[in-house]
Amino acid sequence: MTTMRRKAVPYLLISPTVALIAAFLVYPIASVAYYSLQHRNLTRPWADGFAGLGNFRQMLFEDEVFWHSLGFTAKWVVAEIGLQLILGLALALIVNESFIGRGLARSLVFSPWAVSGVLTTGIWILLYTPSTGVLRFLGQPEAAVLGNPDTVFPAVVVTELWRGVPFFAILLLAGLQGIPGELYEAAAVDGAGRVRRFLHVTLPHLRDAIVLATLLRGVWEFNNVDLLYTLTGGGPAQVTTTLPLYVAQRAVDSKDFGYGSALTMAGFVILLFCSILYLRLSRFGGER
Amino acid sequence: MSADVMTRPRTRALPQGARRRRRRDPGRVLRLYVPLGLYLVFTLVPFYWMLVFALRPAGSTDPVPWPITFEHFETVWNDIGYAVFFKNSVIVGVWSLLVTTVIAVMGGYALSRYRFRGRSLFMVVLLCTQFIPGAMMLIPLFSIFKSLGLINSLASLIVADTVFNLPLSIILMSGFISAVPFTVEEAAMVDGCTRFRGFLAIVLPQLRPGLIAVGSFAFIHTWNNFLFALMFVSKQDSFTIPVGLSYTIGEYSADFGALAAGGVVAALPVVCVFAVVQRYLVHGISAGAVKG
Repeated sequence: MTTMRRKAVPYLLISPTVALIAAFLVYPIASVAYYSLQHRNLTRPWADGFAGLGNFRQMLFEDEVFWHSLGFTAKWVVAEIGLQLILGLALALIVNESFIGRGLARSLVFSPWAVSGVLTTGIWILLYTPSTGVLRFLGQPEAAVLGNPDTVFPAVVVTELWRGVPFFAILLLAGLQGIPGELYEAAAVDGAGRVRRFLHVTLPHLRDAIVLATLLRGVWEFNNVDLLYTLTGGGPAQVTTTLPLYVAQRAVDSKDFGYGSALTMAGFVILLFCSILYLRLSRFGGER
Repeated sequence: MSADVMTRPRTRALPQGARRRRRRDPGRVLRLYVPLGLYLVFTLVPFYWMLVFALRPAGSTDPVPWPITFEHFETVWNDIGYAVFFKNSVIVGVWSLLVTTVIAVMGGYALSRYRFRGRSLFMVVLLCTQFIPGAMMLIPLFSIFKSLGLINSLASLIVADTVFNLPLSIILMSGFISAVPFTVEEAAMVDGCTRFRGFLAIVLPQLRPGLIAVGSFAFIHTWNNFLFALMFVSKQDSFTIPVGLSYTIGEYSADFGALAAGGVVAALPVVCVFAVVQRYLVHGISAGAVKG
């Protein structure tokens, strides 16, 4: 009896987690699969009923916004991850040096990480609005950057960089701190310069951290809705609508749960496929 | 890393000492201080701009907010209702912090100290949850909370935010617990402590950085969550700060003073928390998440 009880301890400890995940993550995913085969719109309850593959047919063959949102999602994720990786790595290398005021510098440059997407929108609206923003000091007084389809993409990318680079820098800084100092000494004794030490010591040791950070952040940027929802609303003319933003608009604004669920299923499949492909290609955790 | 250890005798080649010697190197200014300064400008100008709008009188275009006025804070706090939003956000944030931390300590302890059947499956499930988009859970979670009668209740936000905070919190916490040597705990058990008493007396006091990191992480995430609050709460007296702020962006888009003051109210708690706990977070990630 006592050994049985002892064996039960870890299961008891994880039981609240398992229960919460089952009830509020696993069950909902199953119900999304079910809803996706139904007509279900909270604003038109009389039209509810079995839809078969109708929602998917509408999505794949009639919905231009869906296809456009896929293209923009890819563009958004690739641009954000590429730039965040470069800037985040540079920032991590800088604040990994020892200098006076390093703790303060870290707190300051990392602080946008703690800011919500909505607040980021609020702040950058103040910066971008033509009459009051900072762009007027740069000699562009009448440029409504967010309303113009040509400038809206760089504008939202820079805004998200402001908040996103710190996360990368934090993850990579944690990775940098795990590199033994002796390796740099040995490389320096062997005559390796700064660049070669970076290429042959730092980068190989950071590889897993970089793969993990880009993957987590890629998923996160894919799923990121708050910023675009409030900053552009997916506009102008839906050019900045990502797939999850489109889902959120369907859910929050038009309460179209059936069609929104079909879009959600598409999102799951794409995300899963891309993540597995990425882990395969990067040979995460494999031999160096 | 700029430590140029060649310039020092081998015995003194500690990275710290070597780096300290190089401080006046002009290359170091170009490599380190110039990019750091530029990045600080990029980070801080937006914050400063918000403060300028929040503190200067309406209609002023001065880049320096002087004389300082608090009229915008009075507007948002009393007229728009940020006093209520703030209270709601604190309730949801603190509850989610407490529940997340307690459950994360339990789960983290199990992962770190026991080898049980299903342990790796549990780990895989925790990692997989990181791929679940919050936006795509809106529809099914709304239906669940509706059938539980929790729509328009802060409880729905506490539950949803806790569930989304938990996986990463458990992984972080197990890293922190693994850093506390098991031998000390074992010794206490040999001395007749129960495992639970041993945990309270030995492990918990050493777990302070972990509790701070995980708790603040949960609080910041919950404080910032927008979509769940937007979807599950439609009565204004249950709004949280991000939802209130999003309506300020929409409705008062001409009143930049109110928008900025609302932004300051939204930013202050999390930015302060973050400034204090930033080093614990970096430490926690290097101890747990990255090395798996």
